Amino acid sequence: MPEIRVTPLGAGQDVGRSCILVSIAGKNVMLDCGMHMGFNDDRRFPDFSYITQNGRLTDFLDCVIISHFHLDHCGALPYFSEMVGYDGPIYMTHPTQAICPILLEDYRKIAVDKKGEANFFTSQMIKDCMKKVVAVHLHQTVQVHDELEIKAYYAGHVLGAAMFQIKVGSESVVYTGDYNMTPDRHLGAAWIDKCRPNLLITESTYATTIRDSKRCRERDFLKKVHETVERGGKVLIPVFALGRAQELCILLETFWERMNLKVPIYFSTGLTEKANHYYKLFIPWTNQKIRKTFVQRNMFEFKHIKAFDRAFADNPGPMVVFATPGMLHAGQSLQIFRKWAGNEKNMVIMPGYCVQGTVGHKILSGQRKLEMEGRQVLEVKMQVEYMSFSAHADAKGIMQLVGQAEPESVLLVHGEAKKMEFLKQKIEQELRVSCYMPANGETVTLPTSPSIPVGISLGLLKREMAQGLLPEAKKPRLLHGTLIMKDSNFRLVSSEQALKELGLAEHQLRFTCRVHLHDTRKEQETALRVYSHLKSVLKDHCVQHLPDGSVTVESVLLQAAAPSEDPGTKVLLVSWTYQDEELGSFLTSLLKKGLPQAPS
Amino acid sequence: YCLSGHPTLPCNVLKFKSTTIMLDCGLDMTSTLNFLPLPLVQSPRLSNLPGWSLKDGNAFLDKIYIIPSLSFRRANNLSTVDVILISNYALYDALPIHTRHTGFTAQCMPRNHQCQKAQSASLLLPSPLKDAVEVSTWRRCYTMQEVNSALSKIQLVGYSQKIELFGAVQVTPLSSGYALGSSNWIIQSHYEKVSYVSGSSLLTTHPQPMDQASLKNSDVLVLTGLTQIPTANPDGMVGEFCSNLALTVRNGGNVLVPCYPSGVIYDLLECLYQYIDSAGLSSVPLYFISPVANSSLEFSQIFAEWLCHNKQSKVYLPEPPFPHAELIQTNKLKHYPSIHGDFSNDFRQPCVVFTGHPSLRFGDVVHFMELWGKSSLNTVIFTEPDFSYLEALAPYQPLAMKCIYCPIDTRLNFIQVSKLLKEVQPLHVVCPEQYTQPPPAQSHRMDLMIDCQPPAMSYRRAEVLALPFKRRYEKIEIMPELADSLVPMEIKPGISLATVSAVLHTKDNKHLLQPPPRPAQPTSGKKRKRVSDDVPDCKVLKPLLSGSIPVEQFVQTLEKHGFSDIKVEDTAKGHIVLLQEAETLIQIEEDSTHIICDNDEMLRVRLRDLVLKFLQKF
Repeated sequence: MPEIRVTPLGAGQDVGRSCILVSIAGKNVMLDCGMHMGFNDDRRFPDFSYITQNGRLTDFLDCVIISHFHLDHCGALPYFSEMVGYDGPIYMTHPTQAICPILLEDYRKIAVDKKGEANFFTSQMIKDCMKKVVAVHLHQTVQVHDELEIKAYYAGHVLGAAMFQIKVGSESVVYTGDYNMTPDRHLGAAWIDKCRPNLLITESTYATTIRDSKRCRERDFLKKVHETVERGGKVLIPVFALGRAQELCILLETFWERMNLKVPIYFSTGLTEKANHYYKLFIPWTNQKIRKTFVQRNMFEFKHIKAFDRAFADNPGPMVVFATPGMLHAGQSLQIFRKWAGNEKNMVIMPGYCVQGTVGHKILSGQRKLEMEGRQVLEVKMQVEYMSFSAHADAKGIMQLVGQAEPESVLLVHGEAKKMEFLKQKIEQELRVSCYMPANGETVTLPTSPSIPVGISLGLLKREMAQGLLPEAKKPRLLHGTLIMKDSNFRLVSSEQALKELGLAEHQLRFTCRVHLHDTRKEQETALRVYSHLKSVLKDHCVQHLPDGSVTVESVLLQAAAPSEDPGTKVLLVSWTYQDEELGSFLTSLLKKGLPQAPS
Repeated sequence: YCLSGHPTLPCNVLKFKSTTIMLDCGLDMTSTLNFLPLPLVQSPRLSNLPGWSLKDGNAFLDKIYIIPSLSFRRANNLSTVDVILISNYALYDALPIHTRHTGFTAQCMPRNHQCQKAQSASLLLPSPLKDAVEVSTWRRCYTMQEVNSALSKIQLVGYSQKIELFGAVQVTPLSSGYALGSSNWIIQSHYEKVSYVSGSSLLTTHPQPMDQASLKNSDVLVLTGLTQIPTANPDGMVGEFCSNLALTVRNGGNVLVPCYPSGVIYDLLECLYQYIDSAGLSSVPLYFISPVANSSLEFSQIFAEWLCHNKQSKVYLPEPPFPHAELIQTNKLKHYPSIHGDFSNDFRQPCVVFTGHPSLRFGDVVHFMELWGKSSLNTVIFTEPDFSYLEALAPYQPLAMKCIYCPIDTRLNFIQVSKLLKEVQPLHVVCPEQYTQPPPAQSHRMDLMIDCQPPAMSYRRAEVLALPFKRRYEKIEIMPELADSLVPMEIKPGISLATVSAVLHTKDNKHLLQPPPRPAQPTSGKKRKRVSDDVPDCKVLKPLLSGSIPVEQFVQTLEKHGFSDIKVEDTAKGHIVLLQEAETLIQIEEDSTHIICDNDEMLRVRLRDLVLKFLQKF
């Protein structure tokens, strides 16, 4: 029995280091290749040795697909392809291909240059790795090889985020990556057609949350920022370089313009600035409003937002700073946070999800005394706010997507186990779709029952269709034909054609029954009586009286003859072929009962 | 069907598996040359010129459009077109007219008009708007509203995206390498494949290179939109263009380039970008005047995904893919929606002006011709091959300004075509008649025609061509449950047969075989109301039989089953087995068996089953 096997190497009942192995109809595909932000040891990368014990990854995997450029989805890629060794194709969208190496390089710098880690991938490895990448367009069907094809759908999570459909024959799997079902200020909503995959692998970061309207959240956010700067506080917004940063920039930019505020807004140099440029060049991936207006005014050219310099952090007076990275686990955002944490006038707004183990996660869970490196204890007096601006689908959105795609079953990844459990029940109850949530290293096996495609000869099909168009088409009709299997070529043809093709002669089996009738009249009249009798009984059939005195019912032939010995008995010869077996058999038994009295 | 007489502006209709597909609908604008230019200011000189008819919008429209439309209507109603596939930006000018006409018939017929177009319609969007702006003021050909309604029917598709049409056929656009977003189309069902190649280019300019691999194994390849100037080399022409431009500007003259607002202009600007610096002309302003100049330039920058590899990698840096961004930044290139407004303030001579329309009959170009035509310092350089430049210039004669004809047409030439055909190897090639013979002006140039094996099939305007392939098979799916129940028999080595009896389900042109329902329980008891209730359903098909019956074994079997008194007679063709007791006769021949018996159903059925044991069923 064919089956689909799914094994998460990462992101199984967890968020971070997304990496899912899928085997479908004998093809092996790896979905995402991420790192875990919460760990700094071996656990940060997926355990690739699981894939094959010995033997090369290239031989085992048909392709690798990266859904978007976040490090928890692509962070382990150079390690995987260059250090573990994989030479096959890696598929991702154009914006992902453009931005991914920059983030990887940034990540590498932090790990190697700042933390002094050895045995880490090098810049050259990132470059070599990116050479193996094949860029795909939205909705483009890419033939990985003869049988395996993949197709990207818009996912809306970040610039260039995509969902992928993996298809072999009539079996398919859809992997959503991270996605967002509600359009935001700069990106559109995820969309997929009713592709009815066998399995839908979806993220479930916000499996239990149903978020209030976006507008309210935005108003809240603006209000908090505004209040803080009004009373002279500083606002720190840790963001990832791409995605939320742009959305919040647009939001603040328009707000500042409307309120005519003069308080400076900064974003950390380098990445975010460059990122804005990417957004300008990949306008087709943004939402409709931006696409329509970009000729007049490119939304990503900000007037109020300036580049940040390290020295600004000590400036007196209010300011708003966007700094990377988003989970306060390293880099500039952490530096600024340390500087500002002691003042209760200040505020830090966490606009996204924080992985366990990061400073962001700790302060969000209420911890106010943080142990930093070197046994320092940092007391957090500043206000800590959490605003869900993460572009992940909430429970409603996930259900909506499952409804759109109509999969046979659903598999949850990229979420916390407890929350998954809740969503799993909900999906099974409300949508009546079986649902799985494997942990890392655990394999889910799904039997599939693919239909078998064969070629049908047009003649046969047309004949059947023509008959199917009759008014009583409601009644299921039987199609009868012969399947010719030659090598691996399957063709369905009519039986006649099959015999002809194979050079076999048809064997005709014919029956002729003698039915004795008592009738003193002449043969012709007997025939006529038989004719009218049959005509009255067999209303649905074609009963004909032929000029030579014989009667036909469909293709059954009846002939009356007068045996010489007894003039009072006529012998009716009923003759039919094996194909008319039922009818012939019926006719003989009918005639055996005799003819009704002739109307006199 | 072929609706257009112009090989570069094709409009063909393909009927394939009950779907009707229109391939491109270009508007042949050459007839505009018969009309007078539409100047900004009425000039008495022009209106007094003999030999040209005055503008008459409706008559003109009827002339160019109604002819193809009528010839099509005669054969078929336009509203039966299911889908229109557009391959590049120049080929959908007639779209609003088509949709309008189908709109009329839509009242009585279900409207099925869905348009699919190469992905960059948003890029191309400005050019129909441009047409509408110019056109609607000039001659109410189609209104803005009609353009918008036509555009709203457009569905954007990406390269290699497979689109199902009514489940019957699948269409796939492929990069054709000619212009941004231009495409070739593959129309295929499960067993047949038709490729439509229109306006393709093997040269590397800015768009993504042509996708040839996917064209392989086509049954039919429709070839249109080859280069209009097979003798000219585009690279040489670009060089000539630059040097002439430089020469004129150095002498203090102005250069006028009549062109379309997208397409080749990107390449020209890129060449100039490199050239003007080396030629020391960086102070000369470039002006690009078109209602859509700004959007055309802006849009070109954001479609990196559709560009060639070089340009793509620029975006990754990130830098704008086209150098004209830099030209604009450094104020060397300026763009204006029209000659009114800002342009008149900034205008500085000598300069280079890019503007439309290349026919010199309407658009801002008319004004510049009037303005600069009198001075021999100035030059007009024609780059678009669509119009004969002599005819275009005719109403402006006498003209003092220099005229240079540097047609740049990167579409396939005949040498490239033969190379392509060799590579792709379609079973049949279909192309317009013009391509199968040398051009009339150079009838000795045998190399200027399509040369392939088997010879290309040609079509003429308004001619219907039956494509030479027969559809024989269709895809059908067998449910796994049914497949499990099949019992294949090996008839010959490597060939197995299985009889299939199943219920055929057809939905959206997709066929599925399901296992037959279990026979209904025979009605219990003998409550027959009428004899006719019992009439068997003759639609239950019995399988065909094959094989032959070895007489001796047959007789042995009969004996085993309790028949005695068997007599076998040999006849010319076979044997007759006589069961004397039962007055039954069985004639056995090579390919037939005939059982003649009394009306004894039991006996007959027994005999039947015995005979069937020897035969194979299909």
